[in-house]
Amino acid sequence: MYPSRFRYEAPSTVAEAVAMLAAVDGEAKILAGGQSLIPMMKLRFAAPAMIVDINGIGGLDYHRADPDGTYRIGALCRHADLEKSATLADAQPTIAAAAPVVADPLVRTRGTLVGSVCHADPQGDWASVMVSLEGAIVAQGPNGHRSIQVADLIDGPFQTVLAPDEIAVEAVVPAARGVRAGGYLKLERRVGDFATVGVAVSVEMSGGSVARAGIGLTGVGPATINASDAAAALVGTVLDADAVDAAAQLAAEAAQPRSDHRGSADYKRHVVATFVRRIGAQIQRSEQEAA
Amino acid sequence: MALDEIKIGGLGASRRRVEDNRFIRGKGNYIDDIALPGMLHMEILRSPLAHARIRSIDVSAAWAVPGVRMVLTGDMLAARNLAWMPTLSYDTQAVLATDKVRFQGQEVACVVADDPYIAKDGCEAIVVDYEPLPPIVNPTQATAPGAPLIRDDKTGQDSNVVFDWEVGDRDGTDRAFAQADVVSTIEMHYPRSHPSPIETCGSIADFNRATSKLTVYMTTQAPHIIRAAVALVAELPEHMIRIVSPDLGGGFGNKVPVYPGYVVSILASILLECPVKWIEDKSGNLISTGFGRDIYLKGEMALRNDGRILGVRMHTDSDHGAFFSDAQPSKFKIGLMHSAFSCYDIPAAHLTAQGVYTNKAPGGVAYRCSFRVTEAMYFQERMVQAAASDLGMDQAEFRRINLVRDDDFPHRTPWGFLTDSGQYGKCLDLGLEAIGYEDFLRQKEEARQRGRLLGIGISTMTEPLGAGNSREYDILGIKMFDSAELKVHMTGKALLRTGAKTQGQGHETTWAQIVAHELGIPAEDVLVEEGDTDTAPFGMGTYASRSTPVAGAAVAMVSRKIRAKARKIAAHLLEVSEEDVEWELGRFSVRGAPDRGVTIQECAIAAYSNMPDGMEPGLENNAYYDPPNLTWPFACYIATVEVDPETGVWDVLRVVAVDDCGVRINPMIVEGQIMGGLTEAYAMANMQFITFDEDGNCIGSNYMDYLLPTAWETPGFELHEVVTPCPHHPIGAKGIGECATVGGPAAFVNAVIDAIGDSGVRNIDMPLLPDRVHEAITQGHDVSGAPPVRSEP
Ligand SMILES: Cc1cc2nc3c(=O)[nH]c(=O)nc-3n(C[C@H](O)[C@H](O)[C@H](O)COP(=O)(O)OP(=O)(O)OC[C@H]3O[C@@H](n4cnc5c(N)ncnc54)[C@H](O)[C@@H]3O)c2cc1C
Repeated sequence: MYPSRFRYEAPSTVAEAVAMLAAVDGEAKILAGGQSLIPMMKLRFAAPAMIVDINGIGGLDYHRADPDGTYRIGALCRHADLEKSATLADAQPTIAAAAPVVADPLVRTRGTLVGSVCHADPQGDWASVMVSLEGAIVAQGPNGHRSIQVADLIDGPFQTVLAPDEIAVEAVVPAARGVRAGGYLKLERRVGDFATVGVAVSVEMSGGSVARAGIGLTGVGPATINASDAAAALVGTVLDADAVDAAAQLAAEAAQPRSDHRGSADYKRHVVATFVRRIGAQIQRSEQEAA
Repeated sequence: MALDEIKIGGLGASRRRVEDNRFIRGKGNYIDDIALPGMLHMEILRSPLAHARIRSIDVSAAWAVPGVRMVLTGDMLAARNLAWMPTLSYDTQAVLATDKVRFQGQEVACVVADDPYIAKDGCEAIVVDYEPLPPIVNPTQATAPGAPLIRDDKTGQDSNVVFDWEVGDRDGTDRAFAQADVVSTIEMHYPRSHPSPIETCGSIADFNRATSKLTVYMTTQAPHIIRAAVALVAELPEHMIRIVSPDLGGGFGNKVPVYPGYVVSILASILLECPVKWIEDKSGNLISTGFGRDIYLKGEMALRNDGRILGVRMHTDSDHGAFFSDAQPSKFKIGLMHSAFSCYDIPAAHLTAQGVYTNKAPGGVAYRCSFRVTEAMYFQERMVQAAASDLGMDQAEFRRINLVRDDDFPHRTPWGFLTDSGQYGKCLDLGLEAIGYEDFLRQKEEARQRGRLLGIGISTMTEPLGAGNSREYDILGIKMFDSAELKVHMTGKALLRTGAKTQGQGHETTWAQIVAHELGIPAEDVLVEEGDTDTAPFGMGTYASRSTPVAGAAVAMVSRKIRAKARKIAAHLLEVSEEDVEWELGRFSVRGAPDRGVTIQECAIAAYSNMPDGMEPGLENNAYYDPPNLTWPFACYIATVEVDPETGVWDVLRVVAVDDCGVRINPMIVEGQIMGGLTEAYAMANMQFITFDEDGNCIGSNYMDYLLPTAWETPGFELHEVVTPCPHHPIGAKGIGECATVGGPAAFVNAVIDAIGDSGVRNIDMPLLPDRVHEAITQGHDVSGAPPVRSEP
């Protein structure tokens, strides 16, 4: 468990960090929570020549809503910050549902949502959550900022379209076109286990029916899956059992699971459908309670 | 007035563990805490392939890495006749591969360097040219016609079979089956798991050329056996070898065998004349060191309609990996598998066993059990459940009919063991009452009407703990006794050393309590030391729940020798004859004049300052204890579960444990052992397994794939006790460290099978992954075998 030799830098501004990345041209890695990068380095699956530790950069640990409802999560906002947040549950129910089931309590105190999305692990929980919310990443490079939809950011297992000299500074969830509802269900065998199957469902309810819907799938494909057909089947419905059933079937079809020691492909598909149904029923129940 | 035994920390006192004080303050002294001047660091290069011929190994680039001091390969070892070493089961194991690699993770080369980072860099610079060979990953493949021969290094080995073995009464068993009303059959697999102690294996070898003394700090549960093995293998004089086993971060059987890393670090230290440290990483530990289980069963029971078991047949196929390095008594090839069914009154039984080589890591260690007893009791209790359901009989009632009765001891088991004590029916009844058996059956029925699946599982068993006696138990010919040495100092404080080696069991606490019980010296006045072969008396170490039954007995016996001498001193001090001296805890007094007395501490000072004429000074002695029999604790574990029919996920509702381990020395430690064991039992049933894909890749080489439960998901346990003292142990104690790991898994599995009973499913092999439970429910068939790793495009 001894990593290869590497250089370590700890810049104090994003601009400084970007300059450091640009100077070494792809040989560097950003260190956020380190909960994925450091294990990879210890196993020597990753051997970056330089580590740029962004933990000393001030003002990146926020999660907050803009006046217009746009929700922003800074690059150093930890899983635990989200888990313990007083305001999140109302504003972002899907994120709130996922926060306590990501990793284990120790990892959650260090790991970051932005780092998780950038890591693009097909078994990472946050990317599916962000996909279901049509979330984006704001990247800063030598030429300024750009915004990238998370669904477009990830272009393969552990691969993103971020340039080597870009830093993701925040994750952004656009304002809702109605009342948000949603949930995240994860099949894991113990705390800290990666998902056998994870399902994020986010909806925006307006006038009793679904104005917008998103479904993201964890652990059932070579990358996070955006089950957009399944989500589309919910739009315009009142989330009745038939509509949810149709979405569940489509989500199962969108999944591309492999059989492994966690379960067979058929089983995982079945669980995807089951979880879509369960989250649908949960939302239904709370809608009825609210009404 | 007699001392209050509980106050002085004697028998029955739930004394806090003295060793924990240093552990929780970060002051433990584990192998990796030890640093010697001038110490170098060693790393192992392991095979990425399960089966391959080695064409060549190019180490030149490794030598060129700055800071690399030595690169060792199999050829270098072969030149010193060290490329192969003997195992604890009369086989040989490659230290560093010369001809072939035979499992993924096998040791191929070692690099010694100034620090572990450089050693790792050196390993990466080694180029090995492998010619892949077809791998064998299970017994079926191993015995298939034309299967590649794994052990072509052994003359006369023309198949992959390690042994064929049998025990029991074949004809008598055949007759029992001929008379049966019902024959119940079942096939099962107990998956491969790994003890996975939190601390991995490691060693620091320190050969001093000037004194010719070799000191090895080593993570071993059996330091004296290691010393003998090093003397034999390395041909070094035994008195010039010192093995020190420091604080151990768990062992669970994993730290019994000799591993290549130990051997190579010793050779490197001798060649380099400086200390060489090797600390295994977690993956190295999981993929190469002693695994547990991996065994298939065909079981049959001959039953009478009234519920009596007439006979049992078992056949096991065990997968030993590439080298037969099980750690077990030499007489019994498949350990104590034939201790199955010892708690039931069964007239006839027969066991056949075949062991095979495969391209998997070697081991077959007793993972928290006495030599395959875990598998034996799991098979037993799963067979019992299947038999009861084949007879249409209640689980509890079927057990009650067949359990050995209290007035039936000593009882000869169907395979010839002698059990000596127990109150089996009482334990079962207590367990059923605690769980509310009848109530639960009603709840279960009601829940079923509403589509919910509840289940209850029972596991009752007695197991043989505490090898030996020396007639039957030896490892490599060394008899399985144990020892204690007690030195009472002038001020009445004492130093106790034993041949056992604690690794979490709390010997430093418990042994002092036995001394307190025997001598009345407060437990806090007794320092306990183990693990250093230069100071500790010879013993066989700690595994198979043998410490309290054997070394603990030796502690009582040596204390009694001390007391006998102290009595003579007391008579001298009290100026009466020895016959007129009476003992009460901590004090001798004059018969008829109880006010006239001397304490044990007064006797101690007299032993150095005022001994009777002609008596040797001092108050020290030792005892070697060869137990007359094993000890036979009994346990009844009951679990209730709810299964989610949609996902196959199951949750534990309650777990009740009734343990009878005889007299409890430190009840708190006993309860800790039971809870730890139940946790491992739950883990085994639920998640903990190592499997292999068809290429022989180990799936379970890290803690993302090899799951151990945390406090979060581990259920709560409700503990109850029954005490039937062991008739032959000096203080009536029986082994307890392993009962719950052994008996626990069947309770969980029986509960899940009970919950889905309507589907007609009789077996799902462990671990009961949601996927497998779901398959059983929806398809209505058994789900058997090693969890398959299906590879798809
Ligand atoms: C035991 C354990 C269990 C876990 N279980 C789970 C689980 O169940 N579910 C789950 O989703 N995750 C799990 N994780 C991963 C954990 O959530 C990580 O924290 C997360 O994936 C990565 O976040 P991080 O901040 O630690 O990133 P780091 O490890 O610091 O970085 C990860 C990668 O992203 C890059 N990166 C990080 N931040 C940025 C940035 N701002 N801009 C550009 N690139 C960046 C890094 O260069 C690196 O390549 C687990 C981890 C551990 C150790």
